[in-house]
Amino acid sequence: MSETHKSLSIDIAGLDRPPVDQTGEIAMEVRNLNLYYGAAQALRDVTMDIPKRRVTAFIGPSGCGKSTLLRCFNRMNDLVDICRSDGRILLEGKNIFDPDVNVALLRRRVGMVFQKPNPFPKTIYENAAYGLRILGIKDKKRLDEAVERALRGAALWDEVKDRMNDSGLSLSGGQQQRLVIARAVALEPQVLLLDEPASALDPLSTAKLEDLIYELKKNYTIVIVTHNMQQAARVSDYTAFMYLGELIEFGTTDDLFVNPKNKRTEDYITGRFG
Amino acid sequence: MRKWFKTGEPWIWMTAGAVALSLVLVYAVIALITVRGMVYFWPKPIIEASYQERDGTRSRLIGELRDREEVAVARLRAMGHDIATTETYTHRYLIKTGNKDVTGADFRWIPAPQLGEFSHPPEILAIERHQWGNFYGYLKTVREQGRVVATDAAALPEALRRQERAIRLFREALEIEKEPIGAVNHRLERLRLQERELQLEERLTEARRDEFARKRQALDAEYQIHQQRLNEVRRALERDSITVETMGGQVVEIPFAKIARLYQPNAMGLGQKIGFYAEKLWEFLSDDPREANTEGGIFPSIFGTVMMVLLMSVVVTPLGIMAAIYMHEYARQGPLIRTIRISVNNLAGVPSIVYGVFGLGFFVYVLGGSIDQLLFPEALPAPTYGSPGILWASLTLAILTLPVVIVATEEGLARVPRSIREGSLALGASKAETLWRTVLPMASPAMMTGLILAVSRAAGEVAPLMLVGVVKLAPSLPVDGNFPYLHLERQFMHLGFHIYDVGFQSPNVEASRPLVYATALLLVIIILGLNLLAIMLRNRLREKQRGLEGV
Repeated sequence: MSETHKSLSIDIAGLDRPPVDQTGEIAMEVRNLNLYYGAAQALRDVTMDIPKRRVTAFIGPSGCGKSTLLRCFNRMNDLVDICRSDGRILLEGKNIFDPDVNVALLRRRVGMVFQKPNPFPKTIYENAAYGLRILGIKDKKRLDEAVERALRGAALWDEVKDRMNDSGLSLSGGQQQRLVIARAVALEPQVLLLDEPASALDPLSTAKLEDLIYELKKNYTIVIVTHNMQQAARVSDYTAFMYLGELIEFGTTDDLFVNPKNKRTEDYITGRFG
Repeated sequence: MRKWFKTGEPWIWMTAGAVALSLVLVYAVIALITVRGMVYFWPKPIIEASYQERDGTRSRLIGELRDREEVAVARLRAMGHDIATTETYTHRYLIKTGNKDVTGADFRWIPAPQLGEFSHPPEILAIERHQWGNFYGYLKTVREQGRVVATDAAALPEALRRQERAIRLFREALEIEKEPIGAVNHRLERLRLQERELQLEERLTEARRDEFARKRQALDAEYQIHQQRLNEVRRALERDSITVETMGGQVVEIPFAKIARLYQPNAMGLGQKIGFYAEKLWEFLSDDPREANTEGGIFPSIFGTVMMVLLMSVVVTPLGIMAAIYMHEYARQGPLIRTIRISVNNLAGVPSIVYGVFGLGFFVYVLGGSIDQLLFPEALPAPTYGSPGILWASLTLAILTLPVVIVATEEGLARVPRSIREGSLALGASKAETLWRTVLPMASPAMMTGLILAVSRAAGEVAPLMLVGVVKLAPSLPVDGNFPYLHLERQFMHLGFHIYDVGFQSPNVEASRPLVYATALLLVIIILGLNLLAIMLRNRLREKQRGLEGV
């Protein structure tokens, strides 16, 4: 167990939030992660632990590297040609940057939802079944079950069960975003990365999405990037404040918002800059 | 005025005017070829009039009125006409007098003052012949083996009856020539090639040589049987004839074997005319051309055009799409790929004749020549693939249209949002799976657009084809009943080239001008048809991904 983790365990013990898993298990460990876009350094020596079956929020001003960090967890940064990194991210003790890691497998275990809803121009059913089809599952019954489970898991089933063959694009923005979550959930990942998932949604859809996140954390480790500090305070158990590529402060959400240890954290959450 | 300019209104008028002008031009072109082309098949009345020749003698003139134009009297006088008028200008008529074999020319310009009253005698008979164009005159007698069987009023029904029989026999003879005799010839040729092949490989033993001789004999015997039947049919065909009085008063005998159609345009009612029109139109669409392409149909050209375009599409679509996918999805976007992209874009601007030269030099001589050396050495020195043909024409056009497909596909790929790709990748799909399952389906309408543009360009292209496979008259279609059924090495006919050939290369430009319009109309219709097909396909693809624009 790392030091950070120990400190986290202590924090957890002092929490008065309702359903908290006291085991303090760790889903992913980030160790000395540096990341560069060409010559520019986007992440500076980030070290942190992502607790299992909790919601961890990344906050910070624009360009602070929180999305970049998130995209490291499932190696989406591989798609950027000029991007290189050093350091380690461990998923169940295995460094995901190791050359023998199967990226496709990693991304199935670490699912991701993007800022703007991006359902495929396919039917609702096919959207939810996409990942399974990639896996080569053709059995209709298995697919049906998995799709239903995923859509129920994303709290979308009741709204779409009678229109499974409509285009995924015919749904509202909030529904689309939940469809995208269902798409990721269908693969039963261990970790779910949400990159500002509510930024393109209206308040009502946002509220629904937040309820969903609350439900999802029973089964999944969730990492969420958000601009909205109220949202971070509402949905997350832990919060990390990042600034200029550095992890400034990381702790339980209550602690960080009520009693920030760092001056910059305090300035940010009190709205003095950002 | 300045204030008016400031409002921006003149700008609106100017731009709208440009649109209007474009529309008017397009519709004018279509309307012109439609009107000119479609009247070609309508039976035209035949006039009879007296005519004062240049030497002062009066004669009878029979023919179709084709055109009328204003002309200076002085010019006519200079040509030797004695015209008694004080006017400066008068008219002259273009009259199709037919009877080219008797009078030597089937079109004549006649000054209006030299013509007497027009009359339209219903008895005038128009005879469409397989050769030498139309014949106009009065039917005198019908003969069977030189013996008169009907005259005057009884002559026409008798002639029409016998004409039906003659046409039947004519078709039969044509069929025998084409099918069994053609097939036997084809087999004989293949036999010869097989023998030659063995000879070249020095495996032609005595026994085999005998076998070939035996086979050849059998085929020769078969050929004789067909030939005999053909001769019988031809003899039967030559039995009947008619005699016709020409405008000059001569009586000419025309055997039914030479007659394609008999009709009396002046006696036709509207219904008959419509029937005649439909019949001629069908002949135009379905028949082989006659008389240096100025008569008969253009079916081989339609077939050749469509087949060439389809072959080209089959080649260019996968090639262009794959090239675009590599350039857009896989290649590292550096100076090299930018150079390639610019080159591809500029290829679209290379004059098409350059592609023709390339096709001839590379496909026909190098590629075709090598294929002949390797696969058809027995046929040499006669080329098989080493001469222009429909395959090479299609390939040449495929290169010509390749840039269009590449550019359109790349644009389509570029329009697939990054978020969609990332969404797929984030679900554990590989790059290839993302391409197949998501990106390509989304880009498919753009690919169809590329194909549509390619088809439009290819179907109208003529210049390069003249070098790589188009001919004025192809003896047989690229597809027929003889093994191997698809003859991609064959030369073919093409509507675009047909227009050029009929309009500018035919011995009788006057006679064929309406045909040019009709053929042009058909070409436009075929291109439109092919485009509509592709557009329908594209719309169905789009339908599948409705709402995509909103993402």
